[in-house]
Amino acid sequence: MSEPVIRAERLTKKYGNAVAVDSLDLQIEPGEVFGLLGPNGAGKTTTILMLLGLTEPTSGKATVAGFDPLRQPLEVKRRAGYMPDQVGFYDNLSGLENLRYTAKLCGLRGQDADDRIQAAAKRVKLDYAMRKPVRTYSRGMRQRLGIAEILMKGASIAILDEPTSGLDPQASREFLELIRSLKNDGMTILLSSHLLEMVQSICDRVALFNRGKIGLMGKVGDLMSNVLGGTHVIRVEAEGANVAAAIAKVPGVARVAPEGGRLRVEASGDLRGDIARAVVNAGGDLKMIDAGEASLEDVYTRYFEGVPNAA
Amino acid sequence: MPREGSAFAGVGAVMMKELADNLSSTRMRLLEGLIFITGAGAVYSTIGAVKEVIGEDPFIFLRVFTTGIPPLPSFVGFLGFLIPIIAIALGFDGVNGEFNRRTMSRILAQPIYRDGLLFGKFLAGLATISMALTALWLFVIGLGIWMMGLPPSTEEVMRSLAFLVASIAYGGVWLALAMLFSVIFRSAATAALAALSVWLLFAFFWQMLVVLLTPIIAPADPYSVASQVHTVEVGLGLSRLSPNTLFSETALAFLNPAERGQNLGVLLPQQLQGAISGPLPFAESVGLVWPQVAGLFASFILLFTIAYVLFQRQEVRA
Repeated sequence: MSEPVIRAERLTKKYGNAVAVDSLDLQIEPGEVFGLLGPNGAGKTTTILMLLGLTEPTSGKATVAGFDPLRQPLEVKRRAGYMPDQVGFYDNLSGLENLRYTAKLCGLRGQDADDRIQAAAKRVKLDYAMRKPVRTYSRGMRQRLGIAEILMKGASIAILDEPTSGLDPQASREFLELIRSLKNDGMTILLSSHLLEMVQSICDRVALFNRGKIGLMGKVGDLMSNVLGGTHVIRVEAEGANVAAAIAKVPGVARVAPEGGRLRVEASGDLRGDIARAVVNAGGDLKMIDAGEASLEDVYTRYFEGVPNAA
Repeated sequence: MPREGSAFAGVGAVMMKELADNLSSTRMRLLEGLIFITGAGAVYSTIGAVKEVIGEDPFIFLRVFTTGIPPLPSFVGFLGFLIPIIAIALGFDGVNGEFNRRTMSRILAQPIYRDGLLFGKFLAGLATISMALTALWLFVIGLGIWMMGLPPSTEEVMRSLAFLVASIAYGGVWLALAMLFSVIFRSAATAALAALSVWLLFAFFWQMLVVLLTPIIAPADPYSVASQVHTVEVGLGLSRLSPNTLFSETALAFLNPAERGQNLGVLLPQQLQGAISGPLPFAESVGLVWPQVAGLFASFILLFTIAYVLFQRQEVRA
């Protein structure tokens, strides 16, 4: 078993009395795409900044690529590329000049730096715009320039904070494609997001964050079966006295819950036929039945439904 | 906790980038224009007047710097006024500008320490000020040679060079102050206003405040010479809290060889008795204002250190 690339042990950050991150334990394996999910203010960015040594943890320990971000931040930052939320560049400089500056900060110079920049720009399909000032770039182009910077550095870890927020659907899709191709190159990727759907499609594992704590962590599929008791969520609209009870008796149905005048049925498979039969046999009127694969959003909603009670 | 790696990693890269930004910015064009027009105006009219006394004064060149033809102030007076403006213009958005452009966390995620960023920015500002002042200095000397038709003596060159160094240190004080405000205030406009307020205070109101405050702090007893001397000394001490006072006293001693301290402190008539009038050697002049020069450097280091400490403790997230 290989060593985890990123490891956090009881990592805690307090601002005064407010706890931003509460004794976090985390291990990310090489080549993994790991998603930190949670609402804004859940402590995702703070966690990332602690991993990069940009903010000091109140207690606990982190290791990135075998180095301690607190004591050896330069080693960590050489190996990990970071793209902050709403990444900013110097607007008056061109994309090329911006990356040349970063290259110099990384100790890369001259032809070597330019070759790397060119290769990275080509990879993110930005080579046509490298000589234009960044002020003319769209949001999506800036994000891609951010990825080019990480590639140019030769980082083996990419830490992306809210990489698709503010992108239009087309740009978002292209961006996810780019992240997939980085994963195929063997890069370890840690990304944070509050957009659950996007993360679902590319992450190997996710951690659901709330109020500085990881509520749930694991593979997306496992989370679904563990939390939801199934991988499918079927929405049923039916009239009748005991429809809900009848559906609950269908084998394979884990849970039936009312949801805005409909019923949300969590099941282990596509049981639409069985459910329809059950509704009809119980004397109900079936108006609509719709099956979808469970999404991370269902897991998220379901999990955090219970959290305030538990707390 | 000890950290590994050099604090100066990236200083060169940051400095070169900031220097390029400084030198190519519109802001700098405007400032250069302002300095050269006012400086040339002052010097041109001064040389006209000074030419009349060529041969009477062995330090005719230094007079070009110090003589003011009313209503225009002397060249030194202009500099005391303009250097802070250049320094503030170069420094007020140094740190908060990176936050506002959202580049701070991205730059700090590169393998450098925060120290490197701050040092680099400061050095670039100082280098810009030095270049502008050196160019101006050469320009004035050149204009003097051309208009008066004689070269400066070695001592005049040494004295005016010492003055150049003092002006750069004076610029450093204001640059450090502007950078400090750029760390404290997230808004660049607030930082600029705060720095300009301090400049206004020292440039215009400080002497008035000194006059007001001195009798309150150290009331003079009309029957005691010692008490009167004390009052004057307190007043001088207060006025020397202002970098502008330190700068003008330094300029006076460097550029006016006849200055023996009579304008720089309390000298009773009996202390001057038997003193030979005439110019002081250069080394003596340096000794005379050494405290002022040290004061300039000390305030610049103090301000920079405060800015440095605050910046190290600042949260990176915007």
